[in-house]
Amino acid sequence: MSATLSTVAYVGATILFILSLGGLSSPESSRRGNLYGMVGMAIAVLATVFGPNVTTAGLPWILGAMVVGAAIGLYAARFVKMTQMPELVALMHSLVGLAAVLIGYANYIDPAATGHLHGAEKTIHELEIYVGVLIGAVTFSGSLIAFGKLSAKISGKPMLLPARHWINLAGLLAVIWCGGWFIQTHAIDAGMRPLVIMTAIALLFGIHMVMAIGGADMPVVVSMLNSYSGWAAAATGFMLSNDLLIVTGALVGSSGAILSYIMCRAMNRNFISVIAGGFGTEGGKPATAGEQPAGEVTAISATETAELLRNAKNVIIVPGYGMAVAQAQHTVYEITRLLRDKGVHVRFGIHPVAGRMPGHMNVLLAEAKVPYDIVMEMDEINQDFPDTDVAMVIGANDIVNPAAQEDPASPIAGMPVLEVWQAKTSVVMKRSMASGYAGVDNPLFYKDNNRMLFGDAKKMLDEVLVALKS
Amino acid sequence: MPQLIGVPRETAAGEKRVATVPEVVEKLIKLGFRVAIEPGAGDPANFSDDAYRAAGAEITPDVWGSADIIFKVRAPSMAEVARIRAGQTLVSFLWPAQNPELMQALAAKKVTVLAMDSVPRISRAQKLDALSSMANIAGYRAVVEAAHHFGRFFTGQITAAGKVPPAKVFIIGAGVAGLAAIGAAAGLGAIVRANDTRPEVADQIKSLGGEFVGVDYQEEGTGTGGYARVMSEGFQKAQRETFARQAKEVDIIITTALIPGKPAPRLITAEMVRSMKPGSVIVDLAAEQGGNCELTEPGQVAVKHGVTIIGYTDLPSRLARQSSTLYATNLLRLTEELCKAKDGAINVNMDDEVIRGTTVIKDGAITWPPPAPKLSAAPPKPAAAKPVPVAKGHGAAGAPASAKATAIVFLVAAALFWFIGANAPAAFIAHFTVFVLACFVGYMVIWNVTPALHTPLMSVTNAISSIIAIGALVQVAPPINDSLARPAMWIIGLAVASIALVAINMFGGFAVTQRMLQMFRK
Repeated sequence: MSATLSTVAYVGATILFILSLGGLSSPESSRRGNLYGMVGMAIAVLATVFGPNVTTAGLPWILGAMVVGAAIGLYAARFVKMTQMPELVALMHSLVGLAAVLIGYANYIDPAATGHLHGAEKTIHELEIYVGVLIGAVTFSGSLIAFGKLSAKISGKPMLLPARHWINLAGLLAVIWCGGWFIQTHAIDAGMRPLVIMTAIALLFGIHMVMAIGGADMPVVVSMLNSYSGWAAAATGFMLSNDLLIVTGALVGSSGAILSYIMCRAMNRNFISVIAGGFGTEGGKPATAGEQPAGEVTAISATETAELLRNAKNVIIVPGYGMAVAQAQHTVYEITRLLRDKGVHVRFGIHPVAGRMPGHMNVLLAEAKVPYDIVMEMDEINQDFPDTDVAMVIGANDIVNPAAQEDPASPIAGMPVLEVWQAKTSVVMKRSMASGYAGVDNPLFYKDNNRMLFGDAKKMLDEVLVALKS
Repeated sequence: MPQLIGVPRETAAGEKRVATVPEVVEKLIKLGFRVAIEPGAGDPANFSDDAYRAAGAEITPDVWGSADIIFKVRAPSMAEVARIRAGQTLVSFLWPAQNPELMQALAAKKVTVLAMDSVPRISRAQKLDALSSMANIAGYRAVVEAAHHFGRFFTGQITAAGKVPPAKVFIIGAGVAGLAAIGAAAGLGAIVRANDTRPEVADQIKSLGGEFVGVDYQEEGTGTGGYARVMSEGFQKAQRETFARQAKEVDIIITTALIPGKPAPRLITAEMVRSMKPGSVIVDLAAEQGGNCELTEPGQVAVKHGVTIIGYTDLPSRLARQSSTLYATNLLRLTEELCKAKDGAINVNMDDEVIRGTTVIKDGAITWPPPAPKLSAAPPKPAAAKPVPVAKGHGAAGAPASAKATAIVFLVAAALFWFIGANAPAAFIAHFTVFVLACFVGYMVIWNVTPALHTPLMSVTNAISSIIAIGALVQVAPPINDSLARPAMWIIGLAVASIALVAINMFGGFAVTQRMLQMFRK
């Protein structure tokens, strides 16, 4: 295949990738979007393999590596549980990061890639390698930690080292200094030292950064790492002077960046404060800020909940991470179906940061076969709460906290929340009275029209289902 | 000695209401009063003397002579004024602004008069606001009258004999009467539109099933006391245009526009009536105050240009039993205010805001008009309603940034671009161009992704980032002459490892995305 032909194939692949992302604008077109992505990827890989830059000598290696990788990937994709999606995505990001690091190293030691460059071109090329490896390494270690946190192998609590901002700053300065050193060197052996030092710093930085971020901020982190894996690909593209890599990396990078932005906005926090880690720890004023809500909590039994639901006309279900943990989405769907058969208007209200990754709740509900046209976004459904008879909150806390609107001193003040307390009755399913991730007590629990259904979400919902059926 | 409340028969022609009903008589007696009813007072409203007697009332022919307090519906006629004794208390509708001679005559009799139309419009007085009770009934009855004179169904139907379009009803003025009319007409299945000069009632109109038709002119029409006020010339012109447009479209117009103490505004011109479809109906609830429609004949049903114009002034009286009950209850609430001790004697306490406002003559001295009420029922909203940030989906990238911030961003970007342009080699610039443009394409595309698909978006972008495999592919066996010394095994090792890692991602990512997307269903 000639060079021009493979370039044209790259253009085609680029267009397909853009169409692929565009296809996700609605569930109807999304499957075709994914197909575009696959075709684009196949074209890109084939055009490269049979293009001018790969000789036949490489084919066995490539084929072998591909087959091994594909087998593992397909296996994982087939058997992963939908509740484990955040972990899987995080783990996959780490692979891209690691690959970026390895490619950077391979490129650096390859005289065929660097030998003919001089002057500014050489400097820029080395800078590209350096940046590519840096981003790749941060993505790799950060994603591994995110994977650990999401799969509960590492505690979800933020780990806050003393003077952590200074550590990060020192790391940044060291990286810049190593960069200067790296560009000054001419021999590959000499340049290896700053490169390795920088890689080590970057890996530690990635670990430290994600360790400092708590569980409920994970949607931001996951989408940020998604963004990084894109930038790593783009940096590699610069390094190899490959426009396809640059374009695709930029697409993925900006996608992740926008997702991070959307998630931050949904929490009414800015990106820096999320990445800087912790919650409410900045000013040293955790949960105690603002007055503690006081009052009686009214508990309710599963049978009474069923009774409430049966007599309701409009029901809105607000799921949170607790539903994912308890794997309760199928029972939720059973209840939904039963109520809909009885003529009850049931809908779902999804907060943008509910769960541990963007759109987490939607995927779980889709897995349980909940039709997506009754699954609403927060902005679509918030004005409907006053006309709702029962709002059922399953394993969510901060995203339904009225303090965000009512108490300016609250750490979550200004965060958009689902106004479940506007419904005639709200039922909150929770394991205990413990406060949510933000460590803020929830005045919702003490409202007159609120009922608490204590217990494991799955078990309680099963009981509600049984009571509904009888 | 408990005071005697007397309820005479209404003497106005066609008036069927009565000032108290048996149910309320019992409660008045519990407050300590005695109640006397003129024989046959309740007959037009289907309350028999026996029913009153059973409730504990006396039936006496001469209530004017014996009672201490007279409860009436309509303002007394001159003949009735002649029968009033000094020191008596009269409670009825009176319209002091429209009836100055009556006021003089009553004052001359040295009586105390409480006018039910002068109850102040404050929250505490709502329970004795007889005007609202009557307006509610009038609004309901207006729809019933309109339905009676309108030759078609209100609701749209598809029958074996063909399709019936729903009637279109346009209601002007969304006060108590207007809102009641909206509810009644919507209940019958009509398409209801309504207009009011007070923009805050738009939500109330919608809540009853109506559609708010605004006038395209910026002016706030809320006066004190929750009533409307006179609007400017420019507004009135725009309003007339709106009404003229509606008149051509709708089948029924119900007008309820009243401004306190002023003749009713002329809103429907003869021209508009002429433009309406034959068989259309206009109900003019303001007929008594001169009418909102130019062609209204007060008290009559007139057919002009093929349009039936109903100008009844006695709509509440046409639902006599209902309106008597509500009016009697309003009077009961007033009595409770007057007799807090529940000892059967009233105390006209002029320090009480509600009683002060209602009392128009106190022991022969005219005390009307009262000082202005302190509180408006619906305080005028602050001019700028809170700008609710309309985050639609996640729509466009939020509100535009401030000019200053934008300028700074542009300056920084310009400086950065200049630096790159001045220093970088040509090949890099080409790639850089592609990179920047791709960032923007990504930005535009991603904003369109629905939030429900954020997880699939992440997994598909993750799969697509496997494109980094190309970087490894070209390293495995590049076409080079063998003379170049290169650590081939190292490179191949690194590249093959990368390819394997990325392949996991590539195949796994697309497969899991596909699996997820399969689950999304309608």
